[in-house]
Amino acid sequence: MNEIVKREALSKDVFRMEVETPLIARKRKAGQFVILRVGEEGERFPLTIADANAEGGTITLIFQAVGKSTWALSRLKEGDEIHDLVGPLGMPTHVERFGTVVCIGGGIGVAPLHPIVKAMKEGGNRVISIIGSRTKDLLILEEEIRGLSDELLVSTDDGTYGFHGFVTQVLEQVIERGEKIALVVAIGPVPMMRAVCKVTKQHDLPTTVSLNPIMVDGTGMCGGCRVTVGGETRFTCVDGPEFDGHRVDFEELTKRLSVYKKQEAKAMEKYEHECALGDKMK
Amino acid sequence: MTDRKQDEMTELKKGNKIPTVKMREQDPDERGRNFNEVPLGYTPEQAQLEASRCLQCKKPKCVEGCPVEVQIPEFIALIRDGDFDEAARKIKETNTLPAVCGRVCPQEDQCEIKCILGVKSDPVNIGALERFAADWERERGTIKIPEPPPKKGKKVAIVGSGPGGLTCAGDLIKIGYDVTLFEALHKTGGVLVYGIPEFRLPKAIVQSEVDYLGKLGVDVRPNVIIGRTVTIDELFEQGYGAVYIGTGAGLPLFMHIPGENLNGVLSANEYLTRTNLMKAYKFPESDTPIFVGRKTVVLGGGNVAMDSARCALRLGSEEVRILYRRSRKEMPAREDEIHHAEQEGIIMDFLVSPVKILGNDEGWVNGVECIRFELGEPDASGRRRPMPIEGSEFRMECDCVIVAIGNGPNPLVQQTTPGLETNKWGLIVADEETGKTSKKGVFAGGDIVTGAATVILAMGAGRKAATAIDQYLSSDGEW
Ligand SMILES: Cc1cc2nc3c(=O)[nH]c(=O)nc-3n(C[C@H](O)[C@H](O)[C@H](O)COP(=O)(O)OP(=O)(O)OC[C@H]3O[C@@H](n4cnc5c(N)ncnc54)[C@H](O)[C@@H]3O)c2cc1C
Ligand SMILES: Cc1cc2nc3c(=O)[nH]c(=O)nc-3n(C[C@H](O)[C@H](O)[C@H](O)COP(=O)(O)OP(=O)(O)OC[C@H]3O[C@@H](n4cnc5c(N)ncnc54)[C@H](O)[C@@H]3O)c2cc1C
Ligand code: SF4
Ligand code: SF4
Ligand code: FES
Repeated sequence: MNEIVKREALSKDVFRMEVETPLIARKRKAGQFVILRVGEEGERFPLTIADANAEGGTITLIFQAVGKSTWALSRLKEGDEIHDLVGPLGMPTHVERFGTVVCIGGGIGVAPLHPIVKAMKEGGNRVISIIGSRTKDLLILEEEIRGLSDELLVSTDDGTYGFHGFVTQVLEQVIERGEKIALVVAIGPVPMMRAVCKVTKQHDLPTTVSLNPIMVDGTGMCGGCRVTVGGETRFTCVDGPEFDGHRVDFEELTKRLSVYKKQEAKAMEKYEHECALGDKMK
Repeated sequence: MTDRKQDEMTELKKGNKIPTVKMREQDPDERGRNFNEVPLGYTPEQAQLEASRCLQCKKPKCVEGCPVEVQIPEFIALIRDGDFDEAARKIKETNTLPAVCGRVCPQEDQCEIKCILGVKSDPVNIGALERFAADWERERGTIKIPEPPPKKGKKVAIVGSGPGGLTCAGDLIKIGYDVTLFEALHKTGGVLVYGIPEFRLPKAIVQSEVDYLGKLGVDVRPNVIIGRTVTIDELFEQGYGAVYIGTGAGLPLFMHIPGENLNGVLSANEYLTRTNLMKAYKFPESDTPIFVGRKTVVLGGGNVAMDSARCALRLGSEEVRILYRRSRKEMPAREDEIHHAEQEGIIMDFLVSPVKILGNDEGWVNGVECIRFELGEPDASGRRRPMPIEGSEFRMECDCVIVAIGNGPNPLVQQTTPGLETNKWGLIVADEETGKTSKKGVFAGGDIVTGAATVILAMGAGRKAATAIDQYLSSDGEW
């Protein structure tokens, strides 16, 4: 169960894995995610289903190794099994024929954006995608997104590739050239989503964001993933992860993401130490 | 002379002579720092001595108090006579999880409150005896796997592996159904594994019960969320003849007061799940972290609040306070747990409720603003209604707040199952005797029907539903 049938590194710390899980592969829709555990004592953590092959019974996960759990996952090889995998979780992306949809992805956020671009296109929309990263080497899924979009625009913070600057600046250019935009979808780091919402608010463009709070169960049982949207508390794992970006309390989300900073560092330190020991043994 | 009178006479003569035998317990100072079980159980001699206190009433009142009618005098007599395995088997005729119930049943409101000895002195310690017999059988590996019954060739799906689901699964497999048990989490046991802490109910006990079901042939499937991975209608398409829903009351309620989303404010479910299911108390040996406050404030007065407070203490919180809106008498928690919590040094503030949670600029909680209450007229539940005292607001410092004011039903299954009737609280409407819902072939019981209740009531519901499922599948589909 949950066998990794394909694994590749997209950059030095971003990985793509195809995992065999027929029930989830058949059921999942754009915008949904899974929760996994790498080992017996492992933490439960969420990853978006970046793509799926219903016939082949596999889903694709694309993730950045940032801490203990994601690094541990990245070390699994083809043929290994993921200890626990549950899903699909969350509400699927709402897709209809909106007209022109601008899909914006920043950094690793391009991975969760991928299925949404696909779904929006299949739903009969004209899709303009904007993807960006800090630098050229960190840009992922460029060809995949280009293939699915009517137009693809790329930016890097340091100007090593595409437009020199932020995705928000590219968005402003698209708005200025007079596109009639029906919907903006933005996924990426919190500051990026927040910045996108600031721009779209000025232009009165409906905006959906996909939130990434810390989760435990993913089934609505712990409330750890709660966010404030339009002054109301919502559970991201069951009510989201997509919400109206203009109503999200990003400041609160940013603060809540930092709760376990110290412990996360401690876990990573211990893990690195163990890996170093393990490597030495080899 | 009536039976009762006669019993009382005998009691005067004999029962009172032997004082009740208390279970050995870990020292309060010691146990406040570990997650090992608090009561240590009876030795065989102690169990036999306590068992000899039972008057073997002809019309045992105690049995009336037990929701599943455990044959109490019978099993106690077997313990008295030293036949511990047989005692365990006797209990299991009506209660499939005695090691669990012996530990967590609110005996003081159920079997023990009715015990005749309680009229003049202490009732028989029925829970402790039940626990003893079950532990004896499990620890010595004398549990027998019964001969598999002839197969009926019919499949039943159980949704949720709490005590209700486990009981229903056990009953059905024993009469020849093919049973699949679906659980959303990676571990089976429901509240018994994610909620009730190790020091009250060792997880190995729950696991051995689940393993037993596995040995009987139940197909146990963790990591499947009914309503997401597979829907109820799809289960019928896959050939399941009936479905039992035992998804519990797992949705944490909040107070809807300002400051509830500050860092350091957690639902009891999150706190307990991190601690128990994810073993955060072993962090960083286990991967899941938990935030431990220096001063922890727990809101609520039930078992969930007690468990949270006692976990906080064991995780290393220096001061742990429970704030409860009513007085000690109204606390719904088990008497044992309140007593243990007090012994361990947990402070209880009664007739107090928070109105606002206060935080610093970085978004971390640093206190609660509270108001005092007084007890007014009895309300619908018969408990005196707490009334706020105007102008009694005060501030209490803390850096962690655990909200343990109750749990509602998780709506997932209801939302994805057309034709399944729910009431205004979102609970599934089901017949009390059979568990039948508004949807043909679908039965439900436990907390998802009654709202948050008890382990033994969920088990009772699972058992009744198993009987009704058998009847339904043996008939030609009458509903
Ligand atoms: C619905 C959802 C979908 C997600 N999809 C993806 C995905 O497709 N690909 C992917 O790479 N990541 C995704 N994430 C984020 C991913 O879950 C986290 O990166 C992961 O949990 C980190 O675990 P860790 O133990 O490796 O790192 P930790 O030790 O937990 O954290 C390391 C660092 O990452 C930060 N961090 C921790 N959790 C999160 C989080 N939830 N979001 C952002 N930063 C976090 C910490 O603050 C810390 O700085 C998703 C998150 C959610 C909620
Ligand atoms: C902290 C705490 C302490 C308690 N202490 C006591 C006590 O001392 N004594 C006592 O008698 N009672 C106690 N209770 C109450 C008791 O635990 C519950 O009444 C009882 O567990 C209810 O059993 P259940 O079978 O209805 O469901 P639960 O035990 O709630 O189990 C439901 C299971 O269903 C799973 N599930 C939910 N949705 C789905 C889905 N869609 N698909 C698949 N699986 C799903 C859940 O993950 C869970 O595992 C306590 C409760 C809590 C929370
Ligand atoms: S199951 Fe619970 S109520 Fe019944 S006899 Fe045992 S401890 Fe008492
Ligand atoms: S436990 Fe109490 S009520 Fe029950 S038979 Fe014994 S003495 Fe009588
Ligand atoms: S992750 Fe627990 S409620 Fe959402």
